[in-house]
Amino acid sequence: MEPGVKDVPWTSPASSGSSDPGSSGPWYWQVDRTRSSVRDVVSAFGIPQRLDSALETLGSIAQLLGEVLRSFRYQRPSWSEFVRQLYVVGVKSQSVVITTGAATGMVLCAQTFFQFHKVRLDTATGAVVSVGMASELGPVLAGLMLTARVGASMAAELGTMRVTEQLDALRTLATHPVDHLVVPRLLALTVAAPLLTGEAVLTGIIASYLVGVKLLGIEGAYYLAYVNRYTSFGDISIGLVKSVLFGATIALICCYKGLTCPEGAEGVGRATTEAVVAASITVLVSNFFLTLLLTRLLGWN
Amino acid sequence: MAIIEVRDVWKSFRGTPVLKGVSLSIEAGEAVVIIGRSGGGKSVLLKHLVALLQPDRGEVRIQGTDLCRLDERALLAVRRNFGMLFQGAALFDSLNVFENVGFVLLREKRHTPGEVRRLVAEALERVELPGIEDKKPSELSGGMRKRVGLARAIVYKPSILLYDEPTTGLDPIAGARIDGVIRRIWQQLGVTSVAVTHDMASARRISNRMLMLHNGVIHADGPTRDILDSDDPLIHEFVNGIAPDLPAPPVVTP
Repeated sequence: MEPGVKDVPWTSPASSGSSDPGSSGPWYWQVDRTRSSVRDVVSAFGIPQRLDSALETLGSIAQLLGEVLRSFRYQRPSWSEFVRQLYVVGVKSQSVVITTGAATGMVLCAQTFFQFHKVRLDTATGAVVSVGMASELGPVLAGLMLTARVGASMAAELGTMRVTEQLDALRTLATHPVDHLVVPRLLALTVAAPLLTGEAVLTGIIASYLVGVKLLGIEGAYYLAYVNRYTSFGDISIGLVKSVLFGATIALICCYKGLTCPEGAEGVGRATTEAVVAASITVLVSNFFLTLLLTRLLGWN
Repeated sequence: MAIIEVRDVWKSFRGTPVLKGVSLSIEAGEAVVIIGRSGGGKSVLLKHLVALLQPDRGEVRIQGTDLCRLDERALLAVRRNFGMLFQGAALFDSLNVFENVGFVLLREKRHTPGEVRRLVAEALERVELPGIEDKKPSELSGGMRKRVGLARAIVYKPSILLYDEPTTGLDPIAGARIDGVIRRIWQQLGVTSVAVTHDMASARRISNRMLMLHNGVIHADGPTRDILDSDDPLIHEFVNGIAPDLPAPPVVTP
């Protein structure tokens, strides 16, 4: 592959200047035409190049998602590969996620207690920690840890496969890279993320209980009673729904960055960095909008 | 009808033209080698034959089917007719030799596990590497990796085999060994064989027809013997490794 050439392995890239395929051509030609028209609009309005490329990346990720959905129609996902990925993504991430959950629960409990103690609201500490962990911190922290631990490795692995021609080899072996590489990873992360989030939330609450009750002297019975009273089913559902979406988004972004990795070791490094940054920011920003959507619009809590 | 037909293919990368109207036709059962300078677009042309790259203009037809008209999923069925040996072998490093060679068979699930094991063993036997099924690609030498890549390409009995620089990076003995394997596979299996290389010793051994790609077009096309004996200065210089703008190397006397 020539340096800097960016062909997307889930489509056959119809290049500019090709003989006109006509309106009956395959779907990616239509997408390519749409992409050109978006670019025309962008340049007509004088929108900067950076935004143009951001829009193009978003479009390509949407195409990748479309191809993942198409994959379910053509190919039954490989059960063994899914289980292998679930082990790599889920089982092996437990220690990281549990540690993060526990540490966050402890510090959140301590800091909340220090502030609430001033107004004699010590026993409300548990409620703040459990609601915060279940609906916000649990999914976000698990998402960030999964991005760092799993997303980075996905981008680097797929990127290395691309630069060593393993992706091309896969295609010549009559195997669609999306079927073989993206679908099992996306499914595994989508299933693993809520389970890991549950673990993070639970360990966070247990750790905060230990810190609050055993270390800071909050009355245990009240602590648990407030946790029970104020942590609703809605809070837990919000956290789990978010984590499912985060898992799928992380897998999609990181696989996309790996599959479109530029040439060479530097390219793999850059793709990995971009994947981690993009997935982390997506988790953090979308968390805010998901909170608004789920609490205000759908009224889950 | 030609099994491979390329008509007026153009391809540029970032505005730099690499192929400028390549046309060629290959009949079933031929052993063709495409020679040319490094960076001259030989591998790019080879990748067009299996639709790993799409031309900016022109057509690539395999058994009459225009690959440019098919999407990635439709191409999968066409690619089942191809086996390809990559420059760096491109073995899947997370899998062992057995899983690499049997990749397509294991995925298609048309064969019993016993049959897959037998077919993989047969393919490894053919590339003179019996009994290494459990090794990882990282445990193999460059030459062995290429031969495992070749076993992976032939195990599902494709009708066209493509070789991208099969001897690059190998010592002369390992290169001669893989050339021998390629020639034997061509003779025994009756496949159509297309290789790109700039290694003339290898090109002589594995072809009965030679094409020379120069400046993005096919400069010469003919039986191997005719090309090797050609008076055309460009071909003569390339075949004999003469750089016209450099002084002749000194004669080494004992």
